[in-house]
Amino acid sequence: MAAVTTYDHLLRDKHGKDYRDLAVYRAAGGYRAVLKAKELGPEAVVGEMKKASVRGRGGAGFPAGIKWGFVPKDTDKPKYLVVNGDEGEPGTFKDNYFLSHDPHRLLEGCIICSHALGIETCYIYIRGEFFQQIATVERAIADCYKAGILGANSMGTGKRMDIHVHSGAGAYICGEETALLESLEGKPGQPRLKPPFPAVVGAFGCPTVINNVETLSTVPLIIEHGADWFLGLGVERDGGSRIVGVSGHVKRPGLFEVGVGANMKDIIYELAGGILEDRALKAVIPGGSSCPIMTPDEIDVPMTVDAVRDAGSMLGTCGIIVIAEGTCLVRCLQRISHFYAHESCGQCTPCREGTGWLARIVDDIEAGRGRQEDLDMLLNIADQIGGNTICALGDAAALPVLSFVKKFRADFQAHVDHKGCPHDQPLPGWTRP
Amino acid sequence: MALAFSPEANDQIDAILKRYPTRLAALIPVLFVAQRTFGYLSSEAMELVAARLDLPPAQVISTATFYTMFNKKPVGRYHVQVCKNISCYLRGADEVTSCLSEKLGVRPGGTTPDGAFTLEEVECLAACGRAPVVQVNEQYHEWQTRESAAALVAELREKAGAKGGGV
Ligand SMILES: Cc1cc2nc3c(=O)[nH]c(=O)nc-3n(C[C@H](O)[C@H](O)[C@H](O)COP(=O)(O)O)c2cc1C
Ligand code: FES
Repeated sequence: MAAVTTYDHLLRDKHGKDYRDLAVYRAAGGYRAVLKAKELGPEAVVGEMKKASVRGRGGAGFPAGIKWGFVPKDTDKPKYLVVNGDEGEPGTFKDNYFLSHDPHRLLEGCIICSHALGIETCYIYIRGEFFQQIATVERAIADCYKAGILGANSMGTGKRMDIHVHSGAGAYICGEETALLESLEGKPGQPRLKPPFPAVVGAFGCPTVINNVETLSTVPLIIEHGADWFLGLGVERDGGSRIVGVSGHVKRPGLFEVGVGANMKDIIYELAGGILEDRALKAVIPGGSSCPIMTPDEIDVPMTVDAVRDAGSMLGTCGIIVIAEGTCLVRCLQRISHFYAHESCGQCTPCREGTGWLARIVDDIEAGRGRQEDLDMLLNIADQIGGNTICALGDAAALPVLSFVKKFRADFQAHVDHKGCPHDQPLPGWTRP
Repeated sequence: MALAFSPEANDQIDAILKRYPTRLAALIPVLFVAQRTFGYLSSEAMELVAARLDLPPAQVISTATFYTMFNKKPVGRYHVQVCKNISCYLRGADEVTSCLSEKLGVRPGGTTPDGAFTLEEVECLAACGRAPVVQVNEQYHEWQTRESAAALVAELREKAGAKGGGV
């Protein structure tokens, strides 16, 4: 097994410092990248972002520098930066780290982005359940106003810069960028048709950049150390390090910072300590619950957007969910399917109706009421949702069903044959750390 | 008695309005202010918000009813929410729920007769690395087991008895 290199550029929890404190953050070099960015000038900053090849950390993997380049330069309208801190995809818990422990990193990234793109107002949208994190970020913002980092003359650049926190209120769909904009504007979180894209018509009808918390938190590093350095931590066209979260049946669940391209299997067995009770591995969901499930022989892959896609799944948010042998995958799919049915915003018929049908059929199979034809019915319904909806929640609901049933059909078949769940082994045990 | 915002709440609302280019954008934060003030969003509370922001009541209702964190009926002073999603399930969230349910004497979705506790199963709370996760009001309790959940209930009961109040 190859040793996985871990970093502490982004994940600085082992430093033993309280980076929430502005003085501590500054003593470690914080907010110097804002001044360096000013020297470089807006075009060079966007150029560095492009060269660093940061793929969006929110799930879709779109290159951040290219997204920044779409924002029109000549416009009479105000422009906005909106930060996606909705962190709703099950199995994902990385943005929680920045919001809880390193809020200034995010704020510094927001300031650099805003100065480069001529933005004066930024909203940080944080899921409503994160009361503590919202308080932490609000404190950090207040400290920045006092220190002149935010306000009328942001860090002596002569530019105005305001950052506000906007709390979500419990709706997974608001992680989808256009639903998030609706929610920011005070409306129910129902996704918008694209185009127009937010870069042109976004928040309040104005050009808007939307990036994930982690994406923006990489920006100070890129400006400080240079795009080449950052790119070198990862691979070509997918630069940098990123925070991988491992949850489920591993001995050491948690967050790990690795270079893009680190091997998934090594992350699970080495960094996360392998499987509880040393059981065999049954399955892995690589990037949050919407990503197609993988079999043990598929996980020997580098964690890049492209490589995991080529392996038949998605890198998503790098939230790896590990499932040990002895676990009933029908029950696992039940949790996932009920989630998407509950979170469908109800706008598109295939998603509104289809996600409910999927959940109820999976319930039937688990309860022993499943009919033989239900297995293909699941595939059929999932096929009809995918690609037929305004936003990607439809695909997020369909992909788990398609992959679970295709790759682990025997589990589903056994439920139909036994007229009930054949699993009686308890879930693997663990001890509280 | 007609509902009204306190002077402090009114100041908060004025500050919120300054953050946005539209009044509508202030709606979600102001609904949170209303929920904190009145405990839950009754129709009177929603009408008050509509009047304060000069928005059509239907608009306020449509937003308030879309989001799960807005309570349209009273909840217990301690709102105990167990994550039932995949990562928490894999580490025994169902055991935690059944323990909480036994100790509190209510099923998920229910409120104890004294109004002290509401138990609910919720979706992923984005703390999956420390699963199973239970949220009580604004606080997360991670790495929950049957034993820790029982201890949590005992602790909350003591607080509820001592103060007769929440948080
Ligand atoms: C149903 C759905 C839920 C999403 N949830 C999140 C989320 O919680 N956080 C996030 O950053 N992106 C989420 N996204 C992705 C966003 O739409 C968007 O791609 C992202 O915020 C862009 O930022 P990035 O390019 O920096 O990743 C979600 C997308 C969909 C379709
Ligand atoms: S699945 Fe429970 S916190 Fe994410």
